[in-house]
Amino acid sequence: MGDRALSRRGFLAASAAAGLGMTALSACGGDSDGGSSDGTTTIEWWNISTTQPTKSVWAGLAKKFEAQHPKVKIKIVQLENDAYKSKMTALTASGKLPDIFHTWGGGVLQQQVDAGLVEDLTDRTEPWADGLLSVAKQPYLLDKKTYGIPFDIGMIGFWYNKALFKQAGITTPPTTWSGFLDTVRKLKAKNITPIALAGKEKWPAMYYWAYLAMRTAGIDALQKADENKDFSDPGLVQAGQHLKDLVKLQPFQKGFLGASYSTPTGQAATMGNGKAAMELMGQWAPVVEADAGKGLGSNLGFFPFPAVDGGKGAITEVFGGGGGHALRKGAPQAAVDFLKFFASEATDLELVKKTGVLPVVPAAESALSDPNTKAVQAQLKGATGFQLYLDQAYAPAVGQEVNDSVTALIAGSKSPEQVTQSITKTAKEA
Amino acid sequence: MTSTFLPDKRTGPDVARTSPAAKPARGRARRRLLNWLTAVGFQVPALVLFIGLVILPMLFALYAAFFRWGGFGMPSDYTGTDNFTRLFQDDVFLGDLWRCGVLIVLSLALQLPFALAMAVALNQRLRGRAVYRMLFFAPYVLSEAITGVLFSMIFAPDDGLADHVLGSIGLGGIGGEWFADPSYVMATLFLVMTWKYFGFHMMLYLAGLQSVPAELTEAALIDGAGPWQRFRNVTLPLLAPTLRISVFLSVIGSIQLFDLVWVITQGGPDHHSETMAVTMFQYGFKRYQVGYASAISVVMFGICLVFALAYQRFVLRRDLEGATTTMRGDGK
Repeated sequence: MGDRALSRRGFLAASAAAGLGMTALSACGGDSDGGSSDGTTTIEWWNISTTQPTKSVWAGLAKKFEAQHPKVKIKIVQLENDAYKSKMTALTASGKLPDIFHTWGGGVLQQQVDAGLVEDLTDRTEPWADGLLSVAKQPYLLDKKTYGIPFDIGMIGFWYNKALFKQAGITTPPTTWSGFLDTVRKLKAKNITPIALAGKEKWPAMYYWAYLAMRTAGIDALQKADENKDFSDPGLVQAGQHLKDLVKLQPFQKGFLGASYSTPTGQAATMGNGKAAMELMGQWAPVVEADAGKGLGSNLGFFPFPAVDGGKGAITEVFGGGGGHALRKGAPQAAVDFLKFFASEATDLELVKKTGVLPVVPAAESALSDPNTKAVQAQLKGATGFQLYLDQAYAPAVGQEVNDSVTALIAGSKSPEQVTQSITKTAKEA
Repeated sequence: MTSTFLPDKRTGPDVARTSPAAKPARGRARRRLLNWLTAVGFQVPALVLFIGLVILPMLFALYAAFFRWGGFGMPSDYTGTDNFTRLFQDDVFLGDLWRCGVLIVLSLALQLPFALAMAVALNQRLRGRAVYRMLFFAPYVLSEAITGVLFSMIFAPDDGLADHVLGSIGLGGIGGEWFADPSYVMATLFLVMTWKYFGFHMMLYLAGLQSVPAELTEAALIDGAGPWQRFRNVTLPLLAPTLRISVFLSVIGSIQLFDLVWVITQGGPDHHSETMAVTMFQYGFKRYQVGYASAISVVMFGICLVFALAYQRFVLRRDLEGATTTMRGDGK
């Protein structure tokens, strides 16, 4: 196995050093106090838009804002997703956050709010934030207070191959779970792989359980389970049983337990190359399908996750998440102005057109042209309930355990009861 | 160094004669101080780095292992040995230990003998043996991440190179889900590990074989020893020091295996290829249960340390003698 001893030991030390590093990093927290003698305010804006075209579009928007507000300078700090997360962990520990920072809402934002580091925006944004799409604001609404303003929103649903559905004689997408299982059976009968799944990455598997839990036990039960650290609700066990019914049909592609999401042999490619009929994925699915595989073009369709007969949840409740911005406690008024500017119709139109996000300002809908994106948008607009991605809504350990246990259920090594037991155990330990 | 401590026979009488004996004595003391200062001066930078970047973090990890700690601020929620009791009740971690054992046994029983056989074969006079040596060593030079990506493509079910090749020679039935099958993932992984690392051990053995004197084999030949006897009774004993080092590196490598597994399977499917280092990473950097992850790293470190010390004490002692500086009294 080679002489990896040294570098491995280095790795071990590094892991330990990460602990120290975090403490050390906290010393270099941002010096984000704007304001200088000539009356200009400098605002630091931390985001994760490191890829084009978003990067330059956002930079252009910052320039535009500066032109409108001559006394304000915006300093953009861009970090790649994972780097951003670890840097923010360090900054949260140090007790000082940037003026404007990217947030996904949910558990992490709650932690920052609990630490007293985030500005309550409820009153300061009320007049204009009211008009924003209601689901989009959900992730940043904690204890009925607004802590962030969205610029992107999305949701998970089924993407399907219309040609393969036709081949199997399915005319309309299913709206109930039993209808969905029938669809899977019909596809199997025609030797079509019904579903592509990235089992190696676990989070795509979690979507099934999460949606089923929303449909059977309901959104409130999922939130209550997290608060009480008790996931033994019979509805949550039932969700696992429904998932097990699906797994019994062997609906997934060959080798799905080892499949990644976006690699050339992964879930998106399987779907994009027409080798599976469906995938349960977010609004970004068409882009990744075309990137990792060939893409389905007009053969691609979207339908919401089916309802479960007798369950507490409705088909109009959505599971998703997005991106938003929050402000540090005591951020200057200019930062609030910027949030307002960024959530204006003109800005949102530009974002929707140029960076491919879904509109958070209802009027910006006009910029949408793709029928699938429109279908997703319609679903979001008509949503009667919202559940944030579980790995963002819950503490990291609990979120990971959900992913882990659900994958074990699909692999056949855990029963529906064991799934809820494992999650409960982790929630109590964390 | 010895001369500093021995009485200097030439200056000895002079010291007695020149009345204040202090002068040369002071000179010697000054030289000793200077020597000492030089030594310290050279050591301090390295020592500071080593203590700051290796020793302190290690001690800190040991400290953190006794806390329930999420990585924010300093650990404060002291839980005693809870992390360790939890660790040894965790099916995944117990599985890690089992898989680690399996890998060690497989490496020692299959990979190293294979490397030895290749080394012996390539030690013969052979057309283009330099090319073979280079070819077999090449995988070792590749980074683990690249190897991982490469083999996840090769062993992709149905579409991968492995299945195509097997299919085209009529052995399609052997192909399967490879890394995606819980029962075969370790076997496939071991195959990749062997591909990657046997060349390194082969090189070690080749170097060892070069130092086996030809006269000895020749003498055995004259005495009528067959090829197997020559190998068993002449080559192998002389190769023993190399073998012992190679076994040591192989075992330590198995205990700490991380990057290949992380890139190829992330420990899956369903933990069937997870190693201790992967579990530690999951808890430390995905779940932010840094205290628990520290406990895993402490156990890993403990296993490595015990093994390394025991191995050096009982197996490598003879090889190391003379190779390292000893503090024996006679100084000869």
